[in-house]
Amino acid sequence: METNSRILEKVKSFFTEVGEVAFFAIRFFKEVFTKPFETGEMLRQCYNMGNRSLLLVGVTGFILGLVFTLQSRPTLMEFGAQSWMPSMVSISIIREIGPVITALICAGRIGSGIGAELGSMRVTEQIDAMEVSGTNPFKYLVVTRIVATTLMLPLLVIFGDAIALIASSFVEHLKGAVSFQLYFNQVFNALKFSDIIPATIKSFFFGFAIGLIGCYKGYYCNKGTVGVGEASNAAVVYTSMLLFVIDFIAVFVSDIFFEI
Amino acid sequence: MNTETNQEPVLELKNLRKSFGDNVVLNGFNLKLYKGESLVVMGKSGSGKSVMIKCLVGLMQADSGSIRIKGQDITVLGRQELDLLRTEIGFLFQGSALYDSMTVRENLYFPLRRHSDKIDGLENAEKLIREALANVGLEHAIDLMPAELSGGMQRRVALARALILKPKIMLYDEPTTGLDPITAKEIIQLMRDIQETYGTSSLIITHDVDCARVIANRMILLVDGINYAGGTFKELIQSNDPKVKAFFK
Repeated sequence: METNSRILEKVKSFFTEVGEVAFFAIRFFKEVFTKPFETGEMLRQCYNMGNRSLLLVGVTGFILGLVFTLQSRPTLMEFGAQSWMPSMVSISIIREIGPVITALICAGRIGSGIGAELGSMRVTEQIDAMEVSGTNPFKYLVVTRIVATTLMLPLLVIFGDAIALIASSFVEHLKGAVSFQLYFNQVFNALKFSDIIPATIKSFFFGFAIGLIGCYKGYYCNKGTVGVGEASNAAVVYTSMLLFVIDFIAVFVSDIFFEI
Repeated sequence: MNTETNQEPVLELKNLRKSFGDNVVLNGFNLKLYKGESLVVMGKSGSGKSVMIKCLVGLMQADSGSIRIKGQDITVLGRQELDLLRTEIGFLFQGSALYDSMTVRENLYFPLRRHSDKIDGLENAEKLIREALANVGLEHAIDLMPAELSGGMQRRVALARALILKPKIMLYDEPTTGLDPITAKEIIQLMRDIQETYGTSSLIITHDVDCARVIANRMILLVDGINYAGGTFKELIQSNDPKVKAFFK
């Protein structure tokens, strides 16, 4: 009986939180189109999130491309299908692996950073100080960060995809003596708009989810320094889960429109 | 200073009530702050002093009651009107609340960004920042980050930031908490200097008796969510009421 009521309580609190996140998102859409626009802060956030994530995304993309090609090679060779390697790698990376892995990395790096930063600003009354000084903290801190993650993630995904393909071409060049030109010719022949467009649109949603959850967790953090840690951790956990839900919906919708 | 005069209060709380679930924090609290006076509100930790001051600037919503600042009821003001009114109020937070990702200069510039009309254009910003820092004796710290400052210096910078728009009303939330006695005295002296220089009306929330003794023109004791007692420091310290006496032991 007690277990049932505890489960019921958890389900209730889950849906309450989902509702609160939805209200938070609605507030974002209300405020993003109203003046004053915090353009300077938004550009600063874009720089912070985009430029400073390049190395991590680049290294991950490189290793991803390298490992993926090395692991797939023996199986394709077994069937005499090694010439399909560029097509297979490019479609897999651009459609699915690139956006999801980049988004997960950014959820860890950017989402947790936003959660911790806003959380510590909340507990040290910096957000209150902003409010009192006549600046709308939601606009200055939340709107700018969500816009920045939404705009920057697709760019990071494109960058990560490109690095992964370059790494894959290195492996093919060294192991299969395939020239870079031939490799990339095959890559571009295999790719269609229906591979690139859904993946890019999906990346915008991934970026939005990272910003939204990170900001929500940080902005409403209220349990002191423990709360800051919780906000940072919860931002990563909830964002990661949400990314997979978005990915599932995106694939489902893409299937309807592009018959993938 | 005789404050219970016929003049209009610059700040007035009437019958303010605020609860958190079953915990009643403010239970009909009243307060009037007159022009040029220093009013100290004393209460135990957790008595609702900070809740009261946060309701006053719109950081928290009171359950009921009226809050009037310079004749305007803040509970009915829109965002823009409230922001405009807030430029008339300086707020010193208990933990200084400096933006730790910004330098001292940027911290002081922040309130000026949206209110350039109040300072005749942002080209005057640098002059105002230097002037505000000079008033608190920290002109040399202009390019430092908050983490590079001591607790007392952070409080001074926070004071300079609160004063940069030359507010008519200053609100201090525990201005001496967490400071050593010497630095606390310096901050209290600074508060007095500001009062004299700018002619501000000050509302000070504290449980520091020394601070109250030096700065208060008038005091209110907040007990059980109401104004339990009021008067000058001298009147209250001579009271025989055990609850009042407990504050001055």
